[in-house]
Amino acid sequence: MRLKLIALAASLALGACGGQSSSAASEIALLNVSYDPTRELYEEFNADFAAAYKTPGGKTVKVNMSHGGSGKQARSVIDGLDADVVTLALQNDIDVIAKETGKIPTDWRTKLPANSAPYTSTIVFLVRAGNPKNIKDWNDLVLPGVGVITPNPKTSGGARWNYLAAWAYASKQFAGDETKIKEFVSALYKNVLKLDSGARGSTVTFTQQGTGDVLITWENEGFLTLREEDGDKYQMIYPSLSIRAEPPVAVVPGNAEKKDPEQLQAAEDYLKHLYSAAGQRIAAKHYYRPNDPAVADPADVARFQPVEMVTIDDPLFGGWAQAQPKHFDDGGLYDQIFTVR
Amino acid sequence: MTATAPDGARSFRWRRRSVLPGFGLSLGYTIVYLSLIVLIPLAGLGIRSASLGWDQFWAIAFDRRVLLALQLSFGSALIAAIINTVFGVLVAWVLVRYRFPGRRWLDAAVDLPFALPTAVAGIALATLYAPNGPFGALLDDWFGLRVGFTSFGVVMALIFVGLPFVVRTVQPVLEEIDRETEEVAATLGARRWRTVTRVIFPALLPAILTGFALSFARGVGEYGSVIFIASNLPFQSEIAPLLIVIKLEENNYAGATAIATIMLVIAFVMLFVINLLQAWSRKWFGHE
Repeated sequence: MRLKLIALAASLALGACGGQSSSAASEIALLNVSYDPTRELYEEFNADFAAAYKTPGGKTVKVNMSHGGSGKQARSVIDGLDADVVTLALQNDIDVIAKETGKIPTDWRTKLPANSAPYTSTIVFLVRAGNPKNIKDWNDLVLPGVGVITPNPKTSGGARWNYLAAWAYASKQFAGDETKIKEFVSALYKNVLKLDSGARGSTVTFTQQGTGDVLITWENEGFLTLREEDGDKYQMIYPSLSIRAEPPVAVVPGNAEKKDPEQLQAAEDYLKHLYSAAGQRIAAKHYYRPNDPAVADPADVARFQPVEMVTIDDPLFGGWAQAQPKHFDDGGLYDQIFTVR
Repeated sequence: MTATAPDGARSFRWRRRSVLPGFGLSLGYTIVYLSLIVLIPLAGLGIRSASLGWDQFWAIAFDRRVLLALQLSFGSALIAAIINTVFGVLVAWVLVRYRFPGRRWLDAAVDLPFALPTAVAGIALATLYAPNGPFGALLDDWFGLRVGFTSFGVVMALIFVGLPFVVRTVQPVLEEIDRETEEVAATLGARRWRTVTRVIFPALLPAILTGFALSFARGVGEYGSVIFIASNLPFQSEIAPLLIVIKLEENNYAGATAIATIMLVIAFVMLFVINLLQAWSRKWFGHE
């Protein structure tokens, strides 16, 4: 009840702002609700899009951003945040919005190419320079005395990919024997020193606070860390098997339609621009793997090492609709690995 | 604390017109304001968790993980509040009774934990007390004590955020106490220690209890600083507010409000007991 009131207040406030800016000028304001590590990517991408784009009616477009943890952002949209497009870390977060509000069609994944994921990433390890604990693959993370840093899968989208990648490795190792997989993943999480609430928090714990021997993280977050001034204190390790993380994007027609008649068109064109050569190039520049590497800068693409990857749609996981409840809901497999210890 | 008069007197006073005008208006305002700001949101909480049946509610309340989280939250808040009470009174005493260079700076520094975003405090403490941090490494070497990413860290963060409450409630009361009363006690033959325990302490006790209650309440609800210094691992150092956030992430609103309701009830009972203690202390030491 209280949440509904807050949502109402929030949407009123935002509605008022939106109304003002669109009537004052021949400009459309789009709100892109995104997750945390995409800040730099969308800063550049929005500028690129706004510079060239005009709606069929001749209006220019300005894109406003909202960043936060992916799950929290999804909940804000459910509670009334007036997003025109969502660009989140997990398919499940968009599915929840579609299910709870009906503002996004349930078949949203088919609206854009490549399951509506214009760029992908994967899960890698960051270790201290020289790799003192000689960490090469997932099975090194369960050894006694290895301190692992990864965020909390309950509160972080990235952390769920980390967990699923470990699960996929164990599944391959133990030929799908679920008891042994659980033991392996349980042993891994026994080595975890701290569960931060988000991927960036884990990076800070690993770098600033000098805690842990290995950080499990997004490939793009890993590259960003190496680029920092003390980046030479770390090095990136690709495990033998990882997972293709597909941060999806979707238009929220239920919100966009209510505003300017051209709002929906602009929102759709905005997301399509992510698939254009310019969009792909910007994604690669910001360390996301582009769907079409041919159009990106070869020097950017060369940074991504080839790595064997499973996907969430493999039979092992059966898509987010199955994986989410099985692994991450209350009492799911993730909760169970803490009780088997 | 009012309403300690016997029943007969209370009903009499209720009907008698107050000497001060505007009682009806101001009481009406107080009730409406408190309802809007405090009671209505809390009622929403109760209604939401009531959507769970009793069975589900108890299942959540007595889940081992929830119990451990509640134990950690209330336990560490209690320990932190006790430590803050002892050292907060000491700080207040020093600030009020002694004059030394830099006193005003120290005085101002006491308020910093109020002003600082708790996340900043959390990150600073976590950096200092991390196993490889400057303090964390020393404590580990000397005492084998791990502070960062353990329950000790939680207590440490709560001491930090709760300190000003005790100092700031005790300080003004201490300033109000006339030196003369102490001198009188001395001339009547009381030794120093007896003056402290029988003259100063009774006068300070209500303020100390208020400071303790505030510091404790703040610690129970603290989230921002703790998540940075706790390991947040289930069954190890997971505070109840984090569990609420986790339930929300699972879209389990009912589960989240259930834990919140339990916290609220426990906190209310504890604060109520502290208030009773306070009323008792006033009566016992003849302040009313």
